Amino acid sequence: MDTLEILGKHLAVDKDGNLVNRSDWNEEIARAIAAQEGIGELTDRHWAVIRAMQKAFDRDGDAPSIRRLTNESGVDVKTLYQLFPKGPAKKAAKIAGLPKPKGCI
Amino acid sequence: MRKLVILGGGTAGTMMLNKLSRVLNEDRWQITVIDDSETHLYQPGFLFIPFGIYGQKDVVKPRREYFPAHANVVISGIDRIDADHKRVILEDKSAVDYDYLIVATGAKIRPDQTEGLLDDEWGKSKFDFYTLEGAQRLHRFFESWHGGRLVLNMTEMPIKCPVAPLEFLFLADSYFTERGIRDKVELRLATPLSGAFTKPKATEILGGLLQHKNINVTPDFGIARVDNERKTIVSYDDVEVPYDVLVSIPTNMGDECIARSGLGDELNYVPTDKETLVSEAHDDIFVIGDAGNLPSSKAGSVAHFQSEILFKNFLDRIDGRPAHARFDGHANCFIESGFGKALLIDFNYGVEPLPGKFPLPGIGPFSLLHETRMNHYGKLAFRWIYWNVLIRGVELPIDSKMSMAGKVAA
Repeated sequence: MDTLEILGKHLAVDKDGNLVNRSDWNEEIARAIAAQEGIGELTDRHWAVIRAMQKAFDRDGDAPSIRRLTNESGVDVKTLYQLFPKGPAKKAAKIAGLPKPKGCI
Repeated sequence: MRKLVILGGGTAGTMMLNKLSRVLNEDRWQITVIDDSETHLYQPGFLFIPFGIYGQKDVVKPRREYFPAHANVVISGIDRIDADHKRVILEDKSAVDYDYLIVATGAKIRPDQTEGLLDDEWGKSKFDFYTLEGAQRLHRFFESWHGGRLVLNMTEMPIKCPVAPLEFLFLADSYFTERGIRDKVELRLATPLSGAFTKPKATEILGGLLQHKNINVTPDFGIARVDNERKTIVSYDDVEVPYDVLVSIPTNMGDECIARSGLGDELNYVPTDKETLVSEAHDDIFVIGDAGNLPSSKAGSVAHFQSEILFKNFLDRIDGRPAHARFDGHANCFIESGFGKALLIDFNYGVEPLPGKFPLPGIGPFSLLHETRMNHYGKLAFRWIYWNVLIRGVELPIDSKMSMAGKVAA
């Protein structure tokens, strides 16, 4: 099992580098992952997307695709790319402590 | 009479029709298949048409030739499924009642979903090869093309046959080399994925092949629109990729009748239990092939493996037993790599494609994740197997469950 060092802790991550245990996740960890991903400071809009993503995952058992994420979060695709450049669904899932969306098959 | 209705007479629907009509007693069962056309298309063959390897006769057959004689065949568009009243409404508003329904309505390309894609230049400088007409138009275009920038763009996942875009580029490399103009053709893949494929080990190996064949990659490219005046595709984060010819894999969506029925997700795919293949909303509706939302590849081999699971679970259901068979996401795909060679991948929900030998461990004759001539012959033989064995619902000597035998773990 791979691990990722965040804030002095070694946390288990999967082959995509996403957290394995949701219990390892908290807002402080999210900010640290965002920094590692080059996102910078997380604004209210970032948090709205992250929360929508977690809510959808808890309901569906899968992190939503970009298309579904726009429906869930009310944030349009263009803005999602501004908030989470280079693959909003992938990036937001990683920061939200979720596995990569299975939409990529 | 108990009534089974199968929506769609393509790969998945035809397989289920043939398998079930052999075991359901004709005196007690009426089996109806509904499709909007008389023509069965061999979709895996479309890939070869732009390069003149296959023509129309290789991929088109009369649908009814592959249906059992006693099947009730209805050629009509479908307005919607009325699941509450267990009936299918046809486009002329007549109704077909069912006790059980198998949805095999597939997936289609939707170029209308991307801004600027479907305009006057569609079929002139912008093409698809996921339809017979599109593949033929591209073949005519290539015959008189002297070179330039060819960009292949996948708009969004999931798509049917996720390896087809790579195969297209490998075959293009081979085709333009043989025509003596490879040095005048720039090949580029603009993909929403972070690399060549969706799974890590295969991405590493296929990415290496792309590089080796001098095919450029623009990863993480989420297309926002086509700028037709500047012949440029533009991403949501303003990355621009100019082209002379754009080969698009447009957004794939389930049939519109699924949306009209209120049975689909945001891409018109039917939410389906990924192991039992039963609709999540209605336990008398089964879903097979590209029509469902399973996290498995949308491909003929996958529909074939699903057909064995669905066959067992359907018989359980009509005899009042709980569905016992479980689909594991098994997919098995040849990947044409050009110059008469191909690779093979074999994987499921949990196990990514790995190197090794298939189907016999250590022997093959096929090699997993490795380019060989034998794999290419396997790919070409598959067309014969498709028409003569697969869609006729005859057993193939490959287990529907993936096996780790012969694979080298990562």
